[in-house]
Amino acid sequence: MNHKKRILLTGALLASAVVSGLLIYTKANAVPVERVIHITAKNFQFSPDSITLKKGEPVVFEISSGDRKHGFSLRAFGVRSDVLPGKASRIRLTPDKTGKFTFSCDVFCGDGHEEMTGTVIVTE
Amino acid sequence: MSKFDRRGFIKLAGLGGGIVFASSLSRGFGLNALGSVVNYANAKVENDFYFVQLSDTHWGFAGPKVNPDAEGTLKKAVQAVNSLEEQPDFIVFTGDLTHTTDDVQVRKDRMSQFKDIVGALKVPTVHFMAGEHDASLDRGDTYQEAFGKLNYTFDHKGVHFIVVDNVSDPGASVGESQLNWLKADLKQQKADARIVVLTHRPLFDLYPDWDWSTKDGAAVIDALMPHKNVTVFYGHIHQENHHMTGHIAHHSAKSLMFPLPAPGSVPKKAPVPWDASAPYKGLGLRSIEADPKQAKYEIKEINVTGA
Repeated sequence: MNHKKRILLTGALLASAVVSGLLIYTKANAVPVERVIHITAKNFQFSPDSITLKKGEPVVFEISSGDRKHGFSLRAFGVRSDVLPGKASRIRLTPDKTGKFTFSCDVFCGDGHEEMTGTVIVTE
Repeated sequence: MSKFDRRGFIKLAGLGGGIVFASSLSRGFGLNALGSVVNYANAKVENDFYFVQLSDTHWGFAGPKVNPDAEGTLKKAVQAVNSLEEQPDFIVFTGDLTHTTDDVQVRKDRMSQFKDIVGALKVPTVHFMAGEHDASLDRGDTYQEAFGKLNYTFDHKGVHFIVVDNVSDPGASVGESQLNWLKADLKQQKADARIVVLTHRPLFDLYPDWDWSTKDGAAVIDALMPHKNVTVFYGHIHQENHHMTGHIAHHSAKSLMFPLPAPGSVPKKAPVPWDASAPYKGLGLRSIEADPKQAKYEIKEINVTGA
């Protein structure tokens, strides 16, 4: 093997090692995949209005409005967001307790606002 | 004979009213004294006065299973006030004068009809305030055209009244600008001034999952806290509730359209259905006897009947 071939082979081995190392590093440090839960607020209702989660499971609520400005408030976990037409609002949550928790619209939106609620159920 | 008797409340009390004593002082009054009796026989009364609170009239609401006399209840309340032998110094309406609607013209019509009905009150001085049903969908524009300012103050016989708007923001906040206005007003008041706050929503977290709170209500209470004699009267929750935050007493009023369940007592908040065996149950108005010298407020709940 001449000198030129040796350099090429060494380079290839080094590149392979770097790529493998990067793959191992990425896998070890990967952010857990978040489950995305789509929620629509429309006609004084959330859809779905009952959501089941697992304790410790990271989720993203992606909430959109089908008509007017609403709010989404899940007080038990201290999270809320305005929900505007034409723009999805995102709330990240990793529930740290089990139970049944109410979420509600906290922006007065009209006749029916008072009944605009839903439930998050967190299981073990 | 008590002042209430003299003022003809017995005529109405026969309809099932009750008395609650409330005080901005914490010396054995307030919540600890609910249902007790105060002897005013030896008290000086020259500065005493009383006013009537009506709340949550929701003019325009329709729901026969909830209130089959939706168009008559407010009129009966007006008659009840007019029938008092001694008229109150003034009347306050603590919000939700009308039921909400998306239609701006219908909103205007409801406010106009409401004004016509309460225009029959004999008492010339009536202080209005908005509820979220009146003001949240247009930030109070229509309300202000019909009734005037959303937040203001007035003074009466030694008591400083502050009307706080926690409804024109649909997110249920008082807001920084109004907080600054409140702080500036309070700065003009002595530490022992007799202060009554009139508002719609509770300023404390009564039950936020049911929208029974004010987002920045804690900041309002913080601003009031240095003043020794503060009492809050509000509406919104369609039932009596008496609560203390430190030395500040908070008293909610009944509705004149439909009652709501006790906080958190049912999975979903919804009006309590009409009870045909007890018409107008859970509805009512109240009188508030103010004793500025003692910073005491005697509350008497008065039911509405279809008599």
